[in-house]
Amino acid sequence: MAFISVFDVIGPNMVGPSSSHTAGAATIGLLARKMIGEQIKKVNFVLYGSFAKTYKGHGTDRALLGGILGFSTDDVRIRDSFELAKWENIEYSYECNETEEDVYPNTVDVEMESVSGRKLVVRGESIGGGKVRLTRINSVKVHFTGEYHALIVKYRDVPGVVASVTTVLSNYDVNIAYLRVFRESKGGIAYTIVESDEEITADAVEEMKKNSVIEDIMVVRR
Amino acid sequence: MDFTNACELIELCEKSGKSVADIMREREIVQGETDAVTVEEKMKKALEIMRDSAHTPIKSALRSTGGLIGGEAAKLNAHRMAGKSICSGVLSKALIYSQAVPEMNASMGVIVAAPTAGSAGVLPAVLFALEEEFELSDETVIDGLFTAGAVGYLLMRNASVAGAQAGCQAEVGSASAMAAAAAVAMMGGGVKECLDAASVSLSNLLGLVCDPIAGLVEAPCQSRNAIGAANALTSAEMALSGIKAVIPFDEMAQSMYTVGCKLPNELRETALGGCAATPTGCALKCKIFCEG
Repeated sequence: MAFISVFDVIGPNMVGPSSSHTAGAATIGLLARKMIGEQIKKVNFVLYGSFAKTYKGHGTDRALLGGILGFSTDDVRIRDSFELAKWENIEYSYECNETEEDVYPNTVDVEMESVSGRKLVVRGESIGGGKVRLTRINSVKVHFTGEYHALIVKYRDVPGVVASVTTVLSNYDVNIAYLRVFRESKGGIAYTIVESDEEITADAVEEMKKNSVIEDIMVVRR
Repeated sequence: MDFTNACELIELCEKSGKSVADIMREREIVQGETDAVTVEEKMKKALEIMRDSAHTPIKSALRSTGGLIGGEAAKLNAHRMAGKSICSGVLSKALIYSQAVPEMNASMGVIVAAPTAGSAGVLPAVLFALEEEFELSDETVIDGLFTAGAVGYLLMRNASVAGAQAGCQAEVGSASAMAAAAAVAMMGGGVKECLDAASVSLSNLLGLVCDPIAGLVEAPCQSRNAIGAANALTSAEMALSGIKAVIPFDEMAQSMYTVGCKLPNELRETALGGCAATPTGCALKCKIFCEG
């Protein structure tokens, strides 16, 4: 069983009104921002389930956008995120998907485009009490929570990549909490997601990028 | 150093001669791999937010996003200040704070979920009413928070604190049990009295359904925070007077969870039953979502 902290009980500190619909939404937005890692130009949120039905009354829309702007769950600027996004020249939009039923009740797809033209879609699920999990990167099903430092390595599915990544981590004294490998199909796009106790430095990332089959590396700091 | 149920917590406290709050601190430091200063600072920060969220709406009424609530704390405070309170003393203060925090929450203000956002008014209400009426120190209030945290942790671990899973008894019921234990600890009671008060609190709210109008954390959530706070205070007073809980805490927690799982789907945060399904509840939902 995962450790339950006293601050999971007395917490999170958050902008109301709902830990799942507001705090969880902000956390998903913030994780998505960290993943794209560049100035965002455009973002579209596709809302599913209860998110789609009640997002206005819970400020889910403001909270998601607040996360994209870099606000944490207890940042009151979440309330003004529409105005602040305009100020930062971020185009934002929302759409509801109430037809797809095979999704967790509080799910959102965050479709981002950066100023440099980089595109990224991540799916987040708010699973209660402000806790979240990310379950999809573009079309590949994945799983991580953002509770640890995360390293997301995208590559073509060939042998030896995990070994090259873990060797670098070992050289940089990074202790791996969880390591999971995901792929679309054999030989297709694959992701290795490492959740670690220590922060993964830019130097380590550069070292990993020397492996030519690695296409992209995203670092999500806790 | 860890405990997984109330029996183990009682044993730990009695063997070491330490309070529930200190055992909970130690557990956080050891199991959470952190240090005493960090833990204390984080709790102080939570207390600061709680204090602000319990007081701000008294000074200026806050309108909720859905528009179902707003201004209750200021009304209650004016009533009390006019000398008209029929609850008076600790209870009337707790009532005001219990309504203030949900007002803050529903207007997108900053609150501390304890254990959830919907039940966030119960614990601050009890803490601050006792603090002011009995002139308690900040340290005593922080001890109250760690004590409440221990009870909330046990409920999160062995039962549920989610309305969607086990109804309002798991949210306001849990918050009430946490606040009852905190009140006992702050007023000098020991571990057994804390857990007796928590057990009685849970049993009093057993079966309470989660039926938010329009699915919003506004009504009847706000006024249920009042009953959670009042229930915590009466349960604490009983325990402090020497009355023992008939059902031990661990069994009560299990029972709360079992009852929660038996609640029909309509009464577990789906807004399809209870207050939400009344003609007025349905009309309000339509007004908020169809016209807004």
